[in-house]
Amino acid sequence: MIPGRKVKEHALFIICSIATLLSIAGLIILLLDAFADGLPWLDFQFLNSLPSHYPDKAGIKAALIGSVWIVGLTALFSFPIGVAAALYLEEYAPRNWFTSFINVNIANLAGVPSIVYGLLGIGLFVESLTLGRSILAGALTMTLLILPIIIVASREAIRSVPKAYREGAYALGATRWQVTREIVLPSALPGILTGTILALSRAIGEAAPMITIAALAYINFVPTSPFDRFTVMPIQIYNWVSNPIREFHHLAAAGIIVLLGVLLSMNSIAIYIRYRYQKRVR
Amino acid sequence: MESCTNVPRAQEWIIEKLLFLCALISVFTMFAILAMLLFGAISFFQEVSIIEFFTGTKWTPLFKPQHFGILPLLWGTLLVTIIALGVAVPLGLGSAILLSEYAPEQVRKIIKPVLEIMVGIPTVVYGYFALTFVTPILQVVFPETSVFNALSAGIVMGIMITPMVSSLSEDAMLAVPQSLREAAYGLGARKHEVALRVVLPSAFSGVVASIILAMSRAIGETMIVSIAAGSTPKLTLNPLEGIQTMTAYITQISLGEAPFGSLEYRTIFSVGLTLFLIVFAVNLIGHWMARRYWRQY
Amino acid sequence: MIGNVKIDVRDLNVWFGQNHVLKDITLKIKRNTVTAVMGPSGCGKTTFIRALNRMNELIEGSRTTGEIYIDGKNIYDKETDVYELRKKVGMVFQKPNPFPKSIFDNIAFAPRIHGITDPKTLQEIVERSLKEAALWNEVKDRLKDSALDLSGGQQQRLCIARALAIKPEILLLDEPCSALDPSATAKVETLIRKLAENYTVIIVTHNMQQAARVSDYAAFLYAGKLIEYGGTRQIFENPQNVLTEKYITGKFG
Repeated sequence: MIPGRKVKEHALFIICSIATLLSIAGLIILLLDAFADGLPWLDFQFLNSLPSHYPDKAGIKAALIGSVWIVGLTALFSFPIGVAAALYLEEYAPRNWFTSFINVNIANLAGVPSIVYGLLGIGLFVESLTLGRSILAGALTMTLLILPIIIVASREAIRSVPKAYREGAYALGATRWQVTREIVLPSALPGILTGTILALSRAIGEAAPMITIAALAYINFVPTSPFDRFTVMPIQIYNWVSNPIREFHHLAAAGIIVLLGVLLSMNSIAIYIRYRYQKRVR
Repeated sequence: MESCTNVPRAQEWIIEKLLFLCALISVFTMFAILAMLLFGAISFFQEVSIIEFFTGTKWTPLFKPQHFGILPLLWGTLLVTIIALGVAVPLGLGSAILLSEYAPEQVRKIIKPVLEIMVGIPTVVYGYFALTFVTPILQVVFPETSVFNALSAGIVMGIMITPMVSSLSEDAMLAVPQSLREAAYGLGARKHEVALRVVLPSAFSGVVASIILAMSRAIGETMIVSIAAGSTPKLTLNPLEGIQTMTAYITQISLGEAPFGSLEYRTIFSVGLTLFLIVFAVNLIGHWMARRYWRQY
Repeated sequence: MIGNVKIDVRDLNVWFGQNHVLKDITLKIKRNTVTAVMGPSGCGKTTFIRALNRMNELIEGSRTTGEIYIDGKNIYDKETDVYELRKKVGMVFQKPNPFPKSIFDNIAFAPRIHGITDPKTLQEIVERSLKEAALWNEVKDRLKDSALDLSGGQQQRLCIARALAIKPEILLLDEPCSALDPSATAKVETLIRKLAENYTVIIVTHNMQQAARVSDYAAFLYAGKLIEYGGTRQIFENPQNVLTEKYITGKFG
């Protein structure tokens, strides 16, 4: 045996391990950096204050509430539409060219850069439908952005409902909608909810399309209606990080901690739903 | 789900049409995107020659004299994407090989979720990391580094897309039939030989597809470059200088609240259309390669 | 037998895509009897009974020609309401397929979708159906439990009860015991005999002892064709066709 081969075998292992460790290290350093910078600034005053030109008075309240508005309305629009579309494609759609056309469209939409959705939103909702730079325009834009994600996840959940359930229901004389509503939907719901929550957490973190819709407004009020102007957490973080004064960078870091905290709790809910469901179905 | 009543046939029909309409929204969205971009771009090209747009080497829509040559923005996007791939391809492939060929199940179970977490982190966080952590380090190593530079944004974007490369490549490598590996081991091959000479070549088009799809993500990524790469469109080979990408330009104009309908404002639609078409084409190639690969196994 | 015909199948042909699965099946089935449909796997047994409640239509690319008269009405007529048909022709599948709902809701599913909402009526239907399926005593105290917690044999009887809840006239059983152990099988077979008092039962089976034990009539299918059909005793003791004889003596299949 050539001794060099054994060395090479180990070398590849070591190189690959280093590559993996480096990518994980990237994540850890990123989180540590944000926490180290932001944690000292994260207090109740930060959570409960409006933006300000003075770093020690500024807070994330307006952006946090704005994010809640956006995500709430987005959920309201995208969940029923996404699930309905998924049900149509899995349970109703005939196998023809138009159905494949819809499928290709959904696949392509999932790859469209998020900033392009921002341009769509500004052209369609802000200008054409004259909704202005409002929460409603932002939520509608976000709805279109996450619809493909919800549809894909819901279809997967629907597809995993055993065919035997459907057959059993059809054999009892159920109509297609009865089978869909009474049998398919309840069984697929945990998977659909998990997918929707993950899609919504994408919506919370998206900055680019929200910036095109909301623009760089100085929002020193808490929005109270869907027609108000707004800001969201990622925009606020962007504003702070773009500010040359260093203190604002710490605010950005504190904002990042809040944002990640919200995402973490949403993901935990999704994981919890998945876990409970797995336990129930043996 | 307790309320069951006899559903009349007409109701069945209406429900089917309603569901169909919801599915149709995806088609509508695609058409709306195209219509918006084309509409804005066409009205832009009525005032600016399309030839100048695609061949001009200066992009100064906000200053007099105005120049509308998109090449500096295209180059900015390309430069950052190349740097990102320079980071993501070796890291991604390395971890893909580790996960598919070396790592025992328990290790995979730890590493995979960690990589998935990275995909879920908002890009604005990566942008913050680039500007406040990576750039200062670069400035220590290369003192001439400017505050906004392509390298920092590219490196961090590379970190961001690494999980995409590794997870898609790993899927492709795992799909390589075990019998091929066994055949090679049966001939006395060692792990690295199996990985590099059997698995990697067999999974080649799947791996390339993963790289192409990650590349499309990098081209369309907005926040990292808006925060860390600067806003100075420039044809430069020096990654330590500030540049501007197509996406960052769109953000910059959006932020400035350029008045609706002005020429400056309409530039974002012509840039947006260019960006959309490039990403669309790259995705098409990526999906085509992925399909070709998965049909093989 | 003429006056007592429940199902009259004439020139039934079924295709799945290019695949000609059933070829010119013609037979009459008598009211309140048990008819066994036998044959080697892939011969079209299941397709045959699924033609009787038009379940084949759910499979993309299927095509059916010929006529099936139930009580003198062609179920493949344009006017036939397929949902009403399936209400009249109940079906139990090879693998028990209770819905992931409570025992009560499984039985109440069909009455509910066919418009019964009164809780008292539903309670009565659930009790009657479970008693008819010989399951009442085992589950009466846990009707709210998930049906998935029942044993395989109980699940299959639950599926029979579920089908009985809307008082069908015909009951199609597609190898109902193939996933069950011997003692559960015995219970289901006893039940089938009893059901014949009130229902016309058609059972697909590839177990010849079972066919001999439970059925009054037997049909033997081979490669999509009806080879032989007659009284069960006659088929088993004096088969007319050499293929039938080979099959029941275990030479193939």
